[in-house]
Amino acid sequence: MSQRLATGGRLIDRSQPRSFTFNGKTLQGYAGDTLASALLGADQMLVGRSFKYHRPRGVVASGAEEPNALMNMGEGELFEPNQRATTTELFEGLIARSQNHWPSLDYDIGALNQLAAPFFSAGFYYKTFIHPRAAWKHLFEPFIRKSAGLGQAPKGADGDIYEHYYAHVDVLVIGGGIAGLRAAHAAASAGARVLVIEQSATWGGRAPVDDDFASEINALVAELAAMDDVQMRLRLMGAGVYDHGFVTGYERLRDHAPKPGAPRHRLWKIRAQQVVSCTGAIERPLSFAGNDRPGVMLASAMRDYVVNHAVAPGQRTVLVTNNDDGYRTVLCLLDHGLEVPLVIDARRNPEGTLAAKARARGVTIRDGYAAAGVRGTKRVTGIEICPIEGSGGAVDTVECDAVAMSGGWSPVVHFYSHCGGKLLWDEAGAFFYPDAAKPPLNQSGAGFVRCGGAANGALQGAEAAQCGGQAGAEAARALGLTAPVPSGPAPEPQAEAPLMPVWVMPLNADYHRRSHTWLDFQNDVKLSDVQLAAREGYESVEHTKRYTTLGMATDQGKLSNINGLAVLSDALDASIPQVGTTTFRPPYTPISLGSIAGEARGDTFQPLRRTPMHDWHEANGVHWEPVGHWRRPYAYPRSGETVEQAVHREVKNTREALGLLDASTLGKILVTGPDAGKFLDMLYTNMMSSLKPGRCRYGLMCNENGFLMDDGVVARLDENSFLVHTTSGGAEHIHAHMEDWLQCEWWDWQVHTVNLTEEYAQIAVVGPHARKLLEKLGGMDFSAENLPFMGWAEGQIGGFDTRVFRISFSGELSFEVAVPAAQGAAFWDRLVKEGADLGLMPYGTEALHILRAEKGFIMIGDETDGTVIPQDLGLHWAISKKKTDYLGKRAQERPHMTDPARWKLVGLETISGAVLPDGAYATAPGYNANDQRNTQGRVTSTYYSPTLERGIAMGLVLNGPDRMGEVLNFPGTNGQIYRARIVDPVFYDKEGAKQNV
Amino acid sequence: MLILTCPNCGIACDETELTPGGVAHLERSGPGASDAEFEDYLFMRSNPKGVHFERWRHSSGCGKWFHAARDTATMQVFATYSAQVTGPTAEVLTAIRAKYPDYTLPEGLKEARP
Repeated sequence: MSQRLATGGRLIDRSQPRSFTFNGKTLQGYAGDTLASALLGADQMLVGRSFKYHRPRGVVASGAEEPNALMNMGEGELFEPNQRATTTELFEGLIARSQNHWPSLDYDIGALNQLAAPFFSAGFYYKTFIHPRAAWKHLFEPFIRKSAGLGQAPKGADGDIYEHYYAHVDVLVIGGGIAGLRAAHAAASAGARVLVIEQSATWGGRAPVDDDFASEINALVAELAAMDDVQMRLRLMGAGVYDHGFVTGYERLRDHAPKPGAPRHRLWKIRAQQVVSCTGAIERPLSFAGNDRPGVMLASAMRDYVVNHAVAPGQRTVLVTNNDDGYRTVLCLLDHGLEVPLVIDARRNPEGTLAAKARARGVTIRDGYAAAGVRGTKRVTGIEICPIEGSGGAVDTVECDAVAMSGGWSPVVHFYSHCGGKLLWDEAGAFFYPDAAKPPLNQSGAGFVRCGGAANGALQGAEAAQCGGQAGAEAARALGLTAPVPSGPAPEPQAEAPLMPVWVMPLNADYHRRSHTWLDFQNDVKLSDVQLAAREGYESVEHTKRYTTLGMATDQGKLSNINGLAVLSDALDASIPQVGTTTFRPPYTPISLGSIAGEARGDTFQPLRRTPMHDWHEANGVHWEPVGHWRRPYAYPRSGETVEQAVHREVKNTREALGLLDASTLGKILVTGPDAGKFLDMLYTNMMSSLKPGRCRYGLMCNENGFLMDDGVVARLDENSFLVHTTSGGAEHIHAHMEDWLQCEWWDWQVHTVNLTEEYAQIAVVGPHARKLLEKLGGMDFSAENLPFMGWAEGQIGGFDTRVFRISFSGELSFEVAVPAAQGAAFWDRLVKEGADLGLMPYGTEALHILRAEKGFIMIGDETDGTVIPQDLGLHWAISKKKTDYLGKRAQERPHMTDPARWKLVGLETISGAVLPDGAYATAPGYNANDQRNTQGRVTSTYYSPTLERGIAMGLVLNGPDRMGEVLNFPGTNGQIYRARIVDPVFYDKEGAKQNV
Repeated sequence: MLILTCPNCGIACDETELTPGGVAHLERSGPGASDAEFEDYLFMRSNPKGVHFERWRHSSGCGKWFHAARDTATMQVFATYSAQVTGPTAEVLTAIRAKYPDYTLPEGLKEARP
């Protein structure tokens, strides 16, 4: 059994008990526990079921590398799956549930999958669910979706809050172990601004467990804390290193002490001149049959639990090792009064001092032996042994309730590799370590990441500490600072005998054992799976990873990658460095989606742009439509009215009496300078330089590819200046487009542009009574003689400073009045008040759309989609034939663009009067290569016209204008076929009599 | 995430302040160009591993365009320079050759006219 020891526990506070529940059962631990240590202390070794075979699984590690102990944590809106028990600090009232089992953790039906294990080999899904095709959708996929996945997905919105934080430092030290603290000290002493971050809740890393560094750690922490230019952060994990010294950090502010209303996680965005990664190393499991049984743990994790939390995972522990470091666990267990009946050492005659110490204390060492199998199901009950060269026939069995395995250490090189640093293979230690000659490079072409301590391959405590200090000093020197060789105790060489690389245990394990030997615990990848992949021709480690799912789980192969690629290289008969590692990708461990979103949710997801009349709309029953970042009134439903009824009322009222539209979102760009006309001639398809001051002209803008990108009315203000109106969505990108051409192509042209969109409120006064209303306010002459159609004038209306444009997007008599934004709301109020007895009603964007569609006016984004040229829309009249050049002119001369057989704009009228479905296609005879019906056109705009009391539509139809009167079939998604006749796109007032009065 | 120094306002910009504008120093083909020339201008782009000349706009800053000479493999930035040149300037080429002494401009690209 696993249990709490009577004394000790470096990190726990026995005076502060903490209650928590696991699968509904109330258990107790102490402040300073992790959830994993508390569970082990309460004899809860079984903590979950595996992904594929639902095998019972226990805690295997003590840190971020844990593959098994993943929990559904919390309840309701604070629920979160897949939380690692080993990195979850215990707090009062913590609620955890184990994952991936049904009906219960102890009795799981899915465990029957184990019996079918021979069929679940590598590539099982690829090989199995191929035919018949229909079965995929209806049979296989629903089944796989139901059984796949570890934790449950949260059901509601996340109730926690998150934030972002920015930091700029000279030196960032990732990892607050002895090496990291020495690095920070060395860099800060040289005068660098230092941020040192540590993922756990305590400083010192594993040095206090393995070596006697406690007093130095305390002194370093105190000294660093007193330095002005040093920032120290616990519970802040390095997540990823990116180009030019950008580093993300993941701070867990409240996971250990939940508090409503306070941010839970904080995503740090750090710019560091230099990064020192002192991220330690992770011990590797050994690959023997049954190495996934609850009770089989990493040797280093076992001594972590004993020393840090006074928790003994077992009473009788057998060590399986291929190196000397594992003996530290033996000595630690003996020191705490626990039994070690046997050490199984793959090496012959291990001679290191640690082995000698164990031997001197009476521990039996079977050297040259291997673990042949593990007894027990939900808990280890014994271990079988056989000679290391054997195939697995056990020669002996020893009773035990825990197995410590030590397969050597792998430096955590992630932060060196994220941004392109290269690795070297250390034969003696069997690990990858950073190649100091090939670091990731910054903008100056110099390295900006270096590793210190165990992360650099300096695995022993004293050696690691010294290496960390050096790395810190080197980082300071890279900044041009003077850093002396750091002081501190010189490393005492610890005589450790060499490790023996053992990737399969025993070396000639039979198939049965290899197929019960786990490489990747979380994704249930067995040794035999990787070997099978190699036999099937997978030579690249990246392909093998994806085929077998090795290293693809939430732990990203922290335990499995090196073992897996060693097995692969053996199967391919290639060297390990030849096969290489998979790519290390950020984040180091999974970070919450909430932390990535930060404050950007709900009302603060993105800025909201409000027109000057926004509040009036809001107070008058508006139904909003989001238009980019703007909110525009879609309609103003009155009480008892549906939105649709409101739209129809607004259309009719505008045609018959008087409508008012908030057109402030319209883009307004002032283009000035001696070359302004010449510039606009290049920008628009038609001639703008010939426009007279006081007049307006509609124009089309195309990109260099010839496709329509924007349209609008240009007003010439004077000889040198034009006011360019763009679409609401186009203001910013059209302004950017202008600047691009002016700065990068025609930089000698004298033109200045400024985006005035938000400087003016713009109000369209529309309808037969429009002139009457403006005359009522007075101040200018609004007669057709003085202010004709497509003219504009400046002056005061009712005391407001205005510019009035006689332009119309509705076909009615229309004045668009611009006033300074600050006067917008007051001017609108005034118009509403004075217009009341003329039947004035405000109208929204949907009415605007219907009014323009009745007139056959195109809308950018409806009639155009980035593949439509003006010629397709019958807008030849707006394309200059005189100009030698404009943007898009050459493109429109390409054969495909001049092909007469293009889809062109027409009006469409259903035979029944119904409204055509938006986006519906007109079918043509025959079928294409994909067995889809051929098409000959599509609907681009479609509405019910309250004016004509029938459905009207515009569409692009093959040779459309030449086919007037023809009837086409438009199948809807509702199974109904709509029949529509090709007609002129102008449905209402074809002569334009109404707007020109 | 890149840091590029805007030569117009002198700020070392985080990439989030910038908008990329694709390959630099394209020569515009307009009316009169053959289909092949126009296709080259509009669509054909090189994707070199190594030295690359790009357009960037300091869009969340001074709003000005500039050029950058950058190594696409190592992310080293050799220089940022004015948008109002037809090719990399002599200083830019010197900075590139400090790293790659044998560097020559790819076909079709010429040093900036003085």
